[in-house]
Amino acid sequence: MTRLLLASVLALAAGGAFAQDVVRIGTEGAYPPYNFLDDAGNLDGFEIELGREICARAQLTCEFVQNDWDSIIPNLVSGNYDVIMAGMSITPERDEVIDFTQDYYPPTASAYVARSPDVDVTAATVAAQSTTIQAGYIATTGATLVEYATPEETVAAVRNGEADAVFADYDFLVPIVEASGGDLAFVGEGVPLGGGIGAGLRESDAGLRDALDGAIAAMKADGTLNALLGKWFPGEEPPSYDAATQ
Amino acid sequence: MLPDCSDPSALSGLSWLACYLTTGKHLNFYGSFGTVLLLLLVTAPVALALGFGGAMLARSRVAPLSWIGRAYIAVVRGVPDIVFFLFFVIALDQGLEYLRHRIKCPDWDGPVYRGSDFVVCDAAKLPLSNAPQWFHEAYGFALAVLTFAIVFGAFAASVLFGAMKAVPRAQMETAEAYGMTHAQAFWRVLVPQMWVYALPGLSNLWLVLVKASPLLFLLGVEDIVYWARDLGGSKTPQFTDYPHGDWRMWYFLFLLCFYLAFTRLSEIALDRLMRRLTHGQAIAGGEAQRKAALGGAA
Repeated sequence: MTRLLLASVLALAAGGAFAQDVVRIGTEGAYPPYNFLDDAGNLDGFEIELGREICARAQLTCEFVQNDWDSIIPNLVSGNYDVIMAGMSITPERDEVIDFTQDYYPPTASAYVARSPDVDVTAATVAAQSTTIQAGYIATTGATLVEYATPEETVAAVRNGEADAVFADYDFLVPIVEASGGDLAFVGEGVPLGGGIGAGLRESDAGLRDALDGAIAAMKADGTLNALLGKWFPGEEPPSYDAATQ
Repeated sequence: MLPDCSDPSALSGLSWLACYLTTGKHLNFYGSFGTVLLLLLVTAPVALALGFGGAMLARSRVAPLSWIGRAYIAVVRGVPDIVFFLFFVIALDQGLEYLRHRIKCPDWDGPVYRGSDFVVCDAAKLPLSNAPQWFHEAYGFALAVLTFAIVFGAFAASVLFGAMKAVPRAQMETAEAYGMTHAQAFWRVLVPQMWVYALPGLSNLWLVLVKASPLLFLLGVEDIVYWARDLGGSKTPQFTDYPHGDWRMWYFLFLLCFYLAFTRLSEIALDRLMRRLTHGQAIAGGEAQRKAALGGAA
């Protein structure tokens, strides 16, 4: 808690960008369970619930807005919103352009899903969402990369045979494999990529970053983040943070 | 009478479909048709006005004005739409915010461009970050209209420039012989006659504009293609009460019908307009109308 208070004081002292009334959070709204639109057309998902909790703890008024994945970083740096929470993995390349909070979703392996169990993922045609770490990784393997603008289209490409396999975050694929009734299955080995998922901010917004960072650290310490992760990523081994290491 | 939609998994057949087609998301989808139609209704006259201005500039006898008009036509027509939509909109938005920043926050000492960041004071944000979401959407929509109008205005300018040249020179000479000034001849003789030459080109533009609405989503405005893609994508039971497979084909089929019907209606309206404009014109179509009228009278 002291850390949170300290962060808030620092943030207030930093003034400028932090002294705004509403913090706008950009998200894609097409990446369940991280962020998606529910039946009523409202944003829902792990990051939406987490973002609201972070803002409540940091005493910020927040508003989620939807933005296309391809232009999500340009719109952040040009100031159309202040934070990105869109299942964005922390990578050195992105860190050069924007800043990240500490991860709120631990580094996990990305996985392949295919219709046939004997697809050789190092030589097949593999679908991935454009400008993701997964697409970047496939480009370095022997596989043929086909890129799509939305996560949904990468899975559809496997279903209709345009691609042999899809490569994406493991937890995005789990519900899809479960619901496919045996049509789709995990193949090959998982590949650890990225440094977990964090909230992206403008590099000049250090005050806001510290405020969010403090709230995330507090949620890790008191177990609420693990509870959220367990709620949105149910399974044998939901992603979690070891409270002792905080 | 709508069935009770509180537990969709218990429904089947038509009542399931009725509930499914009236979810909040679907209502947004239907609403986006209104967004697209509104965009077309606002953009078309603005683009036409810009095109008319561009064509007037391009044929101006003052060289610098003519250069401006010709440069507008050449540059905008030459740049791919998608580049224009990604670059120009952000540049325009930043330009407006920079102007407001200079006016509203003269005491600000930090730089505006910090690495890749564009930072202006909070009072200069456009829209203000505490403005309601509908205002952000209206602002995005206005930017979209302006961008569409500039792009399509350049094409319209090129069409109108050609149409103005196509009006027979003898018409203008006759007008001048009657003592009309250059401006009078332009407005009273050239402009009323040029539309018949411009209409085929303009109607092409209109049909292209109708189909260009998916570019809206690049600007953050949710259009019909965005919603069709989102609604049609397969849905897993964890995240919706209405799980289904990949239904994009049905949604896009619906869009296809919508676009076909809309372009057909446009064609009918444009044909009527063409007949009216042709009336009394010294071109083949006008002559045919005159003969038909004579034949009818005889």
